[in-house]
Amino acid sequence: MRNLIFFIYKYHVFFIFFLLEIVAFVILYRFNNYQKASFLNYTTGVSSNFYTGVSNTQEYFNLRRVNDSLQLENARLRSQQITSYYNNNISTSSINDTVYKQQYQYISAQVVNNSVTKRNNYITLNRGKNHGIEREMGVISESGIVGIVMNVSDHYCTVLSLLNSNCKISAKIKKTGAFGSLVWDGGNPKYAKLLDVNKHVPVHFNDLVITSNFSTIFPEGLPIGRVYDHSLDAGDNFHTIRIELFTDFSTVSTVYIIKNLFKQEQQTLEQTLPQDKK
Amino acid sequence: MILDLFTYLLKFIGIILLQILVVDNIELSSYINPYIYITFILTLPVTIRPWHLLILAFLCGAVIDSFSSTPGLHIAATVLLAYVRIHYLRFATTKEDLEGRIRPSMSKKGVVWFIFYCFSMTLVHHTFLFFLEIYGFSEFLSTMLRVVLSTLVTVLMIVIGQLLFYNTKSNHE
Repeated sequence: MRNLIFFIYKYHVFFIFFLLEIVAFVILYRFNNYQKASFLNYTTGVSSNFYTGVSNTQEYFNLRRVNDSLQLENARLRSQQITSYYNNNISTSSINDTVYKQQYQYISAQVVNNSVTKRNNYITLNRGKNHGIEREMGVISESGIVGIVMNVSDHYCTVLSLLNSNCKISAKIKKTGAFGSLVWDGGNPKYAKLLDVNKHVPVHFNDLVITSNFSTIFPEGLPIGRVYDHSLDAGDNFHTIRIELFTDFSTVSTVYIIKNLFKQEQQTLEQTLPQDKK
Repeated sequence: MILDLFTYLLKFIGIILLQILVVDNIELSSYINPYIYITFILTLPVTIRPWHLLILAFLCGAVIDSFSSTPGLHIAATVLLAYVRIHYLRFATTKEDLEGRIRPSMSKKGVVWFIFYCFSMTLVHHTFLFFLEIYGFSEFLSTMLRVVLSTLVTVLMIVIGQLLFYNTKSNHE
């Protein structure tokens, strides 16, 4: 026993080091997985308050208020657009008095903190639980998609930016309907990659790339970007496609968070499917 | 002693603020992400207790993590840095340094010693950090480039900081 204590004492620096690294890795594994993050729900509140203070001093007070009212109006108009309604017209003889039922709601938000130069980038927005924001809601700017809500505190949320190695978005080429997944491979924040597009599908320069109808996060048909260049290596089954993104991540300041009112319903239904093929 | 604690606390807050308000917003390139907050760990006195150093490194990493939405990442890298520092300084300091309770700085140990110290420590920290960030070796070359460029910029910034803040004090400290 004495020997053991002596041993521990002799190497106590190493043991403390080892212990702290284990704690760090537990935090890393436990909370970095964006499916079950919760650590950030606590720290997001504190650091975002701080960042809001900073961004307040950076912006003109008056301009902000005018902007806010414009945004609200915009969000309301977007909510009324025909594309955010779900076609409920199942049979011609039905006596439903609502032909269209609203599926998507848009909530305007302001970017409080943002980065584009890291390998994994995150964005903080000034909307949270109190405004009805939940995890895994889509975020778009006026020009294209931005990312997916990751953590939510009372007044803020952090967004997994498209410029993040953990972010994979289902996309398709509008002309051919060929779908693939959109990822960012680091480097220039203006370009991303579209993977898994089959080689028999023709791809052309400037083809429009939009969100696909497979996700419960984004409505179908939101613009993402244009094909910038593409190549097909011999023996490869998939195209290598580079997309020029519509959203300019370095200047994005006003965004909309998309709330899918049917998401719960779709997911509950899909959970009843047998899980053996996973 | 209390005064010392107070100055270190101020220094800690100052360096963290510098990191998250200024350095994080410098958008030179996606390959250059300098992390100058490690200068706080690097310039603590050589006589500090090893376990104090490790705990401080843990706290320092935790603060940076909470401001950059990366739980655990900076903690792991900074604790490793502190551990490597303990062993590095065991070989790179003399008896006089320990008796004089000096801090590892440019004015005390000379330019070459300090730059070499800084460079090797920063390289350890950045290599670990960036590879942990992408979580694997799938983008080996681009991550390596990011490590080297960021290390050079970080060392440059730390050296400039040394020249700005510590040069005048050196004579009567």
